[in-house]
Amino acid sequence: MITIIDYGVGNIFAFQNVFKRLNISSRIAKCVEDLKEVDKLILPGVGHFDYAMSQLNNSGMRERIDELVLVEKKPVIGICVGMQMMANKSDEGTLDGLGWIDANVKKFNELTIQHHTKLPHMGWNDVKPNENHPLFKGLEQESIFYFLHSFYFNCKDQKNIISTTDYGINFASSVHKENIFGIQFHPEKSHSYGEKLLENFAKL
Amino acid sequence: MLRPRIIPSLLIHDKGLVKTVKFKDHKYIGDPINAVKIFNEKEVDELAIFDIDATVLGNEPNYILIEKLANQSRMPLCYGGGVKTVKQAQRIFSLGVEKIALSSSIIQNPNLITEISEKVGSQSVIVVLDVKKKLVGGYEIYTHNGKKSTGISPIKFAKMAQKLGAGEVIINSIDNDGMMNGFDMNIITKVREEITIPLTVLGGAGNLEDMKKVILKNGIIGVAAGSLFVFRGVYKAVLINYPSKEEKNTIYKSLNI
Repeated sequence: MITIIDYGVGNIFAFQNVFKRLNISSRIAKCVEDLKEVDKLILPGVGHFDYAMSQLNNSGMRERIDELVLVEKKPVIGICVGMQMMANKSDEGTLDGLGWIDANVKKFNELTIQHHTKLPHMGWNDVKPNENHPLFKGLEQESIFYFLHSFYFNCKDQKNIISTTDYGINFASSVHKENIFGIQFHPEKSHSYGEKLLENFAKL
Repeated sequence: MLRPRIIPSLLIHDKGLVKTVKFKDHKYIGDPINAVKIFNEKEVDELAIFDIDATVLGNEPNYILIEKLANQSRMPLCYGGGVKTVKQAQRIFSLGVEKIALSSSIIQNPNLITEISEKVGSQSVIVVLDVKKKLVGGYEIYTHNGKKSTGISPIKFAKMAQKLGAGEVIINSIDNDGMMNGFDMNIITKVREEITIPLTVLGGAGNLEDMKKVILKNGIIGVAAGSLFVFRGVYKAVLINYPSKEEKNTIYKSLNI
């Protein structure tokens, strides 16, 4: 079953509600005992990098999640800070990231942003899928998502990038490496576009 | 292209939704959960919900209600009302709210902006300033539903809030609240010149043209409204509404961004 990781960092029920409407069964994991019969994992996140990392590290689930993702190769999708946590480290904090994808999380350079409003990057922006990626099936023509962040995922290997978004620079708004996916925007709060993307993830 | 945000703003009083005029004369609108459901269907950009009782009565935020609202909301949600501590803010985040609006507590203790943003990230810390024109000219921040004057200039405070780590400033005009005769363009321009974090304006929108005017002048900005999205017609019959995708696209096109 699709398992949403609840480590006290928001948005859990929003995901569950999306899956309910899609008629896809999902469940919430609050402790390691809940991480049984996992088909796919969702790692949500809002807030500060270090806070999210320490919450996950202290959840009692960290080791098992690493095993599910890195050994058993279960598909996992990290959302917003959940994506950023998949990097090696972040300029926002001092704790180590999960290191699942070779990347560092960097702050946007305000000087590259042309309009008066700079950071955070807040609101609805276009997501341009790079290729016919299954995650963006049906979203090739129009793909607008809600963003709320000041830091972005800076991949070492450009091949990991599956969509870009323009905010002063073209940054990686989503990434993919083997069974690991990360998206910077909030699909759970992006109406029909977000629902479509989560449905695509569920069907992978 | 990052788009300007068009945001319904809802007020909770005595567990129901109300709409005010100049922060007075509460008119009952309906049930908050039901309103969230309707706004979901209308695919709104963002939703702001303020509990206008919590601070005045000295209550804790109503976590049960916030959780219900967050669970129902398929759009980004901003909650405000009675948040005074880092702990309360974290608890509200864990319920699935994206943004927390702070007002009276940070006006009393501006360093709270830093304390909360260090924990939850500054992108989620929203500073709401209820402002009123002074008789002698200029503007002043009020708290406690417009009842307590502070003597503080919103222009100066907005600038300080950005420095302390706020992620957005909402300017809420008490004079224009519920009047539906346009935004106070003067204070919007003044605050905007002082900050580069997102600015959202609230108070006075009577039609889409009013919103368009603010967007054309300011580009990337949040335009919020209460009455416009809950009333219809001169007799103010309750009818939840929101511009269609096509109507929004017309506004974006005229922007040329």
